[in-house]
Amino acid sequence: MQLTLWTYEGPPHVGAMRIATAMKDVHYVLHAPQGDTYADLLFTMIERDAKRPPVTYTTFQARDLGGDTAQLFKDAAREAFERFNPKAMMVGSSCTAELIQDDPGGLCKALDLPVPVVALELPSYQRKENWGAAETFYQMVRQLADPQVKRAPRESGQRARCNILGPAALGFRHRDDLREISGLLRDLGIDINVTAPLGASPSDLARLGDADFNVVLYPEIASIAAGWLTRTFGQPSTRTVPIGSGATRDFIAEVAALAGVDATAVLADANARAPWYAKSVDSTYLTSKRVFVFGDATHVVAAARIAATEMGFTVVGLGTYSREFAREVRDAAKLYGVDALVSDDYLEVEARIAELQPELVLGSQMERHIAKRLGIPCAVISAPVHVQDFPARYSPQMGFEGANVLFDTWVHPLMMGLEEHLIGMFRGDAEFHEDAAPSHLGGSHKPAPAATPQPAAVSAAAETTWGIEAEKELRKIPFFVRGKARRNTELYARDKGLPVITLETLYDAKAHFSR
Amino acid sequence: MSPVIPIRADTPGCVDAPVLRERGQREVFCGLTGIIWLHRKIQDAFFLVVGSRTCAHLIQSAAGVMIFAEPRFATAIIDERDLAGLADCNEELDRVVSRLIERRPEIKLLFLVGSCPSEVIKLDLSRAAQRLSGRFSPEVRVLNYSGSGIETTFTQGEDACLASLVPVLPASAQGAPTELMVVGALADVVEDQFARMFQQLGIGPVRFFPPRRATQMPAVGPNTRFLLAQPFLADTALALEARGAQRLPAPFPLGVEGTTAWLSAAARAFGVSPAKFDAVTQPARERAASALARQRVQLEGKRIFFFPDSQLEIPLARFLSRELGMQLTEVGTPYLHRTHMAEELALLPAGTFLSEGQHVDKQLDRCRAERPDLVVCGLGLANPLEAEGMTTKWAIELVFTPIQGYEQAADLAELFSRPLVRRMRLAA
Repeated sequence: MQLTLWTYEGPPHVGAMRIATAMKDVHYVLHAPQGDTYADLLFTMIERDAKRPPVTYTTFQARDLGGDTAQLFKDAAREAFERFNPKAMMVGSSCTAELIQDDPGGLCKALDLPVPVVALELPSYQRKENWGAAETFYQMVRQLADPQVKRAPRESGQRARCNILGPAALGFRHRDDLREISGLLRDLGIDINVTAPLGASPSDLARLGDADFNVVLYPEIASIAAGWLTRTFGQPSTRTVPIGSGATRDFIAEVAALAGVDATAVLADANARAPWYAKSVDSTYLTSKRVFVFGDATHVVAAARIAATEMGFTVVGLGTYSREFAREVRDAAKLYGVDALVSDDYLEVEARIAELQPELVLGSQMERHIAKRLGIPCAVISAPVHVQDFPARYSPQMGFEGANVLFDTWVHPLMMGLEEHLIGMFRGDAEFHEDAAPSHLGGSHKPAPAATPQPAAVSAAAETTWGIEAEKELRKIPFFVRGKARRNTELYARDKGLPVITLETLYDAKAHFSR
Repeated sequence: MSPVIPIRADTPGCVDAPVLRERGQREVFCGLTGIIWLHRKIQDAFFLVVGSRTCAHLIQSAAGVMIFAEPRFATAIIDERDLAGLADCNEELDRVVSRLIERRPEIKLLFLVGSCPSEVIKLDLSRAAQRLSGRFSPEVRVLNYSGSGIETTFTQGEDACLASLVPVLPASAQGAPTELMVVGALADVVEDQFARMFQQLGIGPVRFFPPRRATQMPAVGPNTRFLLAQPFLADTALALEARGAQRLPAPFPLGVEGTTAWLSAAARAFGVSPAKFDAVTQPARERAASALARQRVQLEGKRIFFFPDSQLEIPLARFLSRELGMQLTEVGTPYLHRTHMAEELALLPAGTFLSEGQHVDKQLDRCRAERPDLVVCGLGLANPLEAEGMTTKWAIELVFTPIQGYEQAADLAELFSRPLVRRMRLAA
């Protein structure tokens, strides 16, 4: 058993729902107890879908367990088929139905429906949402892609054609990423064959083979399917995820090579303000801000690169809850000389952030709780997210406009330069004091005492105590670096075997660590 | 207005009305959702769900923005190793509970909440609760109940939780004077209003169950008379009756009429004179009636359709039809308790279409055919129905808002008029 305050991912059948809901003319019959329909409101409320997800639940109850739950499933499946008339069905179990082992796939075969039925085996006690989405998409592609539909070798002068794979329902900014990247591909003179799963019907999946290559936007969802397409149709896939200016340029180069087009004009025209914004002197104070990055693997790897090479931050820690992509994240961590935290334990992430005392956290909805608790500025870069991160306005993460969005989003929670300087110079101001939230965020109130970051003291403080003078001096350090200063001083005092931290120790430590 | 409910022998209203019982897909929450408000009501209680990732995901999704605070609930997620053997499962649970109690030492009452997976694998949480209670007493008391979807629908989670508390309530002293117990989680402001009202009526002592703190559990015994403040407390009422307490039959305190009848049930039981009752309740009744009159303008004659959700549907339908002049097209409820609902059914307009249970697609067909002016439904249906051009009121809000009593009567009506007003404004 695992004690879970918050879970980064839902169960795998929610991933399957994300595929079904993203697609057209597909219906998902889910063997599940009463109550599991809560998942509908993820789509109708968080993503604000205007229609019900195409999911029929059996919603069995305790009294049904004494009877024939298999018959209940068959009735639900037949009825769903008759009512919704889909072009393909998906069938599967939720976690409780997995325990009663009714075998939806086999039962549905007995119904002999005149459409393809994709039986999903999603081990709920082992795997999670993204895996469920990836597996579902793979099974759909595998069973619906027509092996006869194959792209003939391209003649010279013929435009290249690609599929875009990965965008799904309930994906973090998938809607706008897709628009941004589709535009980019069109500008490059590349045709789009099929976009899937978002907006694709089973007949679209049948045409997947009729493309030269695949653009994989979200490896968490599409990499297994893309691998199968490579093996089956010989379609290569892109490996760069175009989040950040640099990654977008690399992506354009990669796509241009696959499509045999010249990307010079597109690169020259790029509507990329973020690089200039980061170069402008107003951004100088961003240099070496200590940042912690957490989320799904794709967004974490991308965010770390942007943070380090496009914003000039120092990545002090990074991690992911995507165990399937642990290797990629560990490799990325090596670039910044840190250890990757691969965990889906919210408490472990909280402990790591408290220990590292970063000045900015880039994470998911969950890291917002942690950052709020510790009083650290935070921006959201990855699912899980809540309703405010499905905005009405155009807000991609990918492409050049995505880089512009990221620059604004990440800098916003940080205290602005002048205020930071003035707080370093003058203290005791009733309104603009060192413990106040940045004034551009409307915060002049002192945060609750619990929010003052101190947990870092726990590890090192056991054998050292703070002298009164030193403690006072420590209070003069602006709050966003104070936690780090406290930790470093305590480490220094412990290394030197000093029982009491004095003013001298504080400044000795400062000099020691500033090398 | 007469404080006495007119119940005639010839079964008025809907007492004998036929009820459409349906089976099929039910678009409802499971009982785990009750945790969302119960953990705020009982301030030193913690709710540990023993279930799957789905359970954790459900509470987290339903809890919405509240998740920015350190919550007093969590999930012990069962994994593959646990499914391999039950003995291991109990050890694992003990480990998780120990870790939890270390992290939250202020917790006085811990509920182990059963879920569909834990019920299906027959994990004995009642024994686990006894074992852990032994280990952590007297600091922490550990209880268990089931909030699983296979056994409970939405608000029935509160019923199961309160029913699990009843056996551990202290026994009232032999020959103790008659006491009133108000049963069902109410908003603090509502609770305070009722407490003042009972005091003015000279009814007392009055205890509320659940209490705000685990250390303030009310005593129960043959001297206890209890009023249900919520319609979904079937098991809790049974458990209280098993300990000798007597239920005072009454409609539920929604609207002026419901509140008056509810209060008067207690007044009669405690021998309060009708004159005194009138004198005490009159100012509040008049105040509420005039506030309601303004809402009536928006709602009168409008046709309303209820999807099943919380068991509050029948009392709400009664309030909306009798006090605001709304027309009832269908009143769906997840579960109809004939005895507890008898007074309510008597007040419903004769011929009201009642349904119990759900086949959501067929019910949607009926709803579309009716084209009501307002549809009360869950969040999974609300936006899709709005997109079809219907006006909806999402039902869960009715459980999270102070709606009982005189002072809230107009607020309750406003919850229903707001979507209609909004639709008019946005169209303009």
